[in-house]
Amino acid sequence: MNEKAPLDRDERISNLKGMGCSRKRVEDVRFTQGRGNYVDDVKLPGMLFGDFVRSPYAHARIKSIDTEAAKAIPGVIAVLTAADLAPLNLHWMPTLAGDKQMVLADGKVLFQGQEVAFVVAEDRYAAADGIEAVVVDYEELPVITDPFKALADDAVVLREDLEAGADGAHGPRRHHNHIFLWEAGDKTTTEQAIDSADVVAEEMVYYHRTHPCPLETCGSVASMDKITGKLTLWGTFQAPHVVRTVASLLSGIEEHNIRVISPDIGGGFGNKVGVYPGYVCSIVASIVTGKPVKWVEDRMENLMATAFARDYWMKGRISATKEGKITGLECHVTADHGAFDACADPTKFPAGFFHICTGSYDIPTAYVGVDGVYTNKAPGGVAYRCSFRVTEAAYFIERMIEVLAIELDMDAAELRRINFIRQDQFPYQSALGWEYDSGDYHTAWDKAMAAVGYDDLRKEQAEMVEAFKRGESRKLLGIGLTHFTEIVGAGPVKNCDILGMGMFDSCEIRIHPTGSAIARLGTISQGQGHATTFAQILATEIGIQADSITVEEGDTDTAPYGLGTYGSRSTPVAGAATAMAGRKIRAKAQMIAAYLLEVHDDDVEFDVDRFVVKGAPERFKTMKEIAYAAYNQAIPGVEPGLEAVSYYDPPNMTYPFGAYICVMEIDVDTGTHHVRQMYALDDCGTRINPMVIDGQVHGGLTEAYAIAMGQEIAYDEIGNCKTGTLMDFFIPTSFETPHYTTDHTVTPSPHHPIGAKGVGESPNVGGVPAFSNAVHDAFRAFGLRQSHMPHDQWRIWETANKLGMHA
Amino acid sequence: MKKTPIELNVNGQTRTVLVEPRELLIHTLREQLELTGPHVGCETSHCGACTVEIDGRSVKSCTLFAVQAAGAEITTVEGLASPDALHVLQTSFREHHGLQCGYCTPGMITRAHRLLQENPNPTEEDVRFGLAGNLCRCTGYQNIVKSVLAAAEELNTQKEAAQA
Repeated sequence: MNEKAPLDRDERISNLKGMGCSRKRVEDVRFTQGRGNYVDDVKLPGMLFGDFVRSPYAHARIKSIDTEAAKAIPGVIAVLTAADLAPLNLHWMPTLAGDKQMVLADGKVLFQGQEVAFVVAEDRYAAADGIEAVVVDYEELPVITDPFKALADDAVVLREDLEAGADGAHGPRRHHNHIFLWEAGDKTTTEQAIDSADVVAEEMVYYHRTHPCPLETCGSVASMDKITGKLTLWGTFQAPHVVRTVASLLSGIEEHNIRVISPDIGGGFGNKVGVYPGYVCSIVASIVTGKPVKWVEDRMENLMATAFARDYWMKGRISATKEGKITGLECHVTADHGAFDACADPTKFPAGFFHICTGSYDIPTAYVGVDGVYTNKAPGGVAYRCSFRVTEAAYFIERMIEVLAIELDMDAAELRRINFIRQDQFPYQSALGWEYDSGDYHTAWDKAMAAVGYDDLRKEQAEMVEAFKRGESRKLLGIGLTHFTEIVGAGPVKNCDILGMGMFDSCEIRIHPTGSAIARLGTISQGQGHATTFAQILATEIGIQADSITVEEGDTDTAPYGLGTYGSRSTPVAGAATAMAGRKIRAKAQMIAAYLLEVHDDDVEFDVDRFVVKGAPERFKTMKEIAYAAYNQAIPGVEPGLEAVSYYDPPNMTYPFGAYICVMEIDVDTGTHHVRQMYALDDCGTRINPMVIDGQVHGGLTEAYAIAMGQEIAYDEIGNCKTGTLMDFFIPTSFETPHYTTDHTVTPSPHHPIGAKGVGESPNVGGVPAFSNAVHDAFRAFGLRQSHMPHDQWRIWETANKLGMHA
Repeated sequence: MKKTPIELNVNGQTRTVLVEPRELLIHTLREQLELTGPHVGCETSHCGACTVEIDGRSVKSCTLFAVQAAGAEITTVEGLASPDALHVLQTSFREHHGLQCGYCTPGMITRAHRLLQENPNPTEEDVRFGLAGNLCRCTGYQNIVKSVLAAAEELNTQKEAAQA
């Protein structure tokens, strides 16, 4: 029997630092001292450095490549071209979207910044010298940067490698620059509903091309050990296990001989999901030279060549009764995928989960068609801090609602309110085929309205409009409303895979004899704080203090197979696996406790950090005691040790939601804006660490602010990327970033073991329409229906100018 | 290209390194002196991940040649903590969740350290303006600002206690 004075139960709970507490992050001790270990920190004896010759042209035939002068430069070891990779069949590689992509330019280049040759040298300066000395003879070809022009009959053929008329990975291609048509919903019923409706609003909503631009660029270090036959690959990988499998399939090296390590990652936001030529070239160069080879892109290469996001032209129609009840929604998307279809989506979803675009509303019928198109722009189409194409969907529906409100001459908040899916409708079957797990939209909306003082804001706005019209003021007020519903946590293996790998995730737990533990997961943190929060889930599940649990990710030799971190899937999928593995530990611990306490298994129950005899709480065994017993006693019918592994295949996605309101002042004459208030209410189900959630929301809102107000990847007509440095590509500083107010409701997911839904991407999904709607709303009284993002100073000024407000 | 020996005083230690005239200070610090605090995030002096202190000023070490820093006193994030304890800014960033991926953090803390020497009693606006040369993609700055303001208060309290 235990002798010590028992701790108060609340103290025991608090000692665990389990779910629901704002545990300080364990990662920070290293990071604040400069002791991170990012890819560029990996240094190996004899390591070489690789760098790319890139195309200055967006579309050109390559007549010749002369590498002789480069090879003569001191320090240059090798120069690889497509001709060198072709015998290995590595001059092209498969993309995640079922297309293929040139690793090094094979006969022609299709976008500015495309990889043409790979120079391997003793250091990065010698590599740069080598790049200068490579002579490439280009013959310029006509350039297409407009996806609509790409589909013209006489448009130049971009992808000469694709057989004319042959189907693509996602069905028939109706034009030589067409990639796929993907459809969801019932087209006929939707057209009928819209054509016969009282009110119809029609609009083209463009979500411009942008880029995730994590502060750390992409990179890798490949080390082929010719003696052991083992390849070790460090890299900025959001999905290290998938990289291992792909590397094995591409190289022919057996998978057990490949070890992929994602060390610390300096932000990902989707940019590090893709497989890039640099990764492949570093591997080949290591095999060729027998030495470790590092490749780290610079910022220009990152913005110009590794995966962009968005670039969706969304033509929509939405219909309603004259009272404002929505009757149908239709959307046709022209999706600019660039030169190769390298979108990062689950295989069966070439437009991601865009068909979540009915949003938070009970829309009886809907149809979506997405045409993927090739252009002379960089490949990609990753989910920049959102689940696959979900931010495009949220922006589309939240703009269409605003346009419909204008058409109906109704308040946009009220229009949302009368169309929300009601709490009693969950689980809700959407017209486009999703089953929303849970939600309470009205409660969230009412809370948000009250928090910002919505009615007073509308009064103030009206007064400012009047003052403007009287010539007393040049300022307007915009109230940007958004109620978004996300779809995250891909996903059920039955319909979600990446290159054939089902999108489950995993956790393996080992409890040590002295009662501490290590947990390894198939995911990888890029700043989300997994080492902190996953330990909290476990602490609550198995009654061991979070501070005594090490969480490890990113090493494929030690971590169980998982599909990685993106699309807010870590908490919904790996978090569930963690809870389930914890429950396996607990089940075994229960048997051990019962044996130690000499009672039947059913006569003990779990209580915070121990098993107690039912009805006799003074008789108990702590998890620490149980762990020790698991290793030092022969317990009849129970294997020694205390370990568990869980591979979790979620039964459904999770559907986080939120109500965001942005209050913005706009100066009509200068086009400048001031965000007076940004209120963000998130419902991510069960909250694991409120501090981390708030941090995620702040960060996502700032990315959303950037995207809505100035950030874009822009090209000129001959395909020059005009935004290839941080001088042109907008990242807000601390000075211009708004202040945020966060709030929450809690509607747990009914199918998730701990009810959590994921939150990291919600603020980007909800933030973009909130900021953009604020700009639009400011000009509503002056007749603005739609203007394109980003709403930088020039575009806002231009909007006011076109509305005749400078007259 | 010919290499030249130069002396660099980094975090209180003098080291002789051989550099090409074109070698950037960030590469000397990272590759030769094996520091992992200063990071490379861009090549246009915008992101500030490479921020170090040189002779009492915040400098972006990715746009300075190593030879330009010869003989100067250089401090990186690795030089802020004392042997016994972390610097107040380091604990404050953890306490107030002023970092996520950690990539901007060394530069951010190094800049904040100098900012608080320049202005020991900053307002929120002072901090936001003073850190505008350092980009963060994760935090939205709100908790960074909070961390720096809290550190300023703590440092002032410590100073008062020492004077009392």
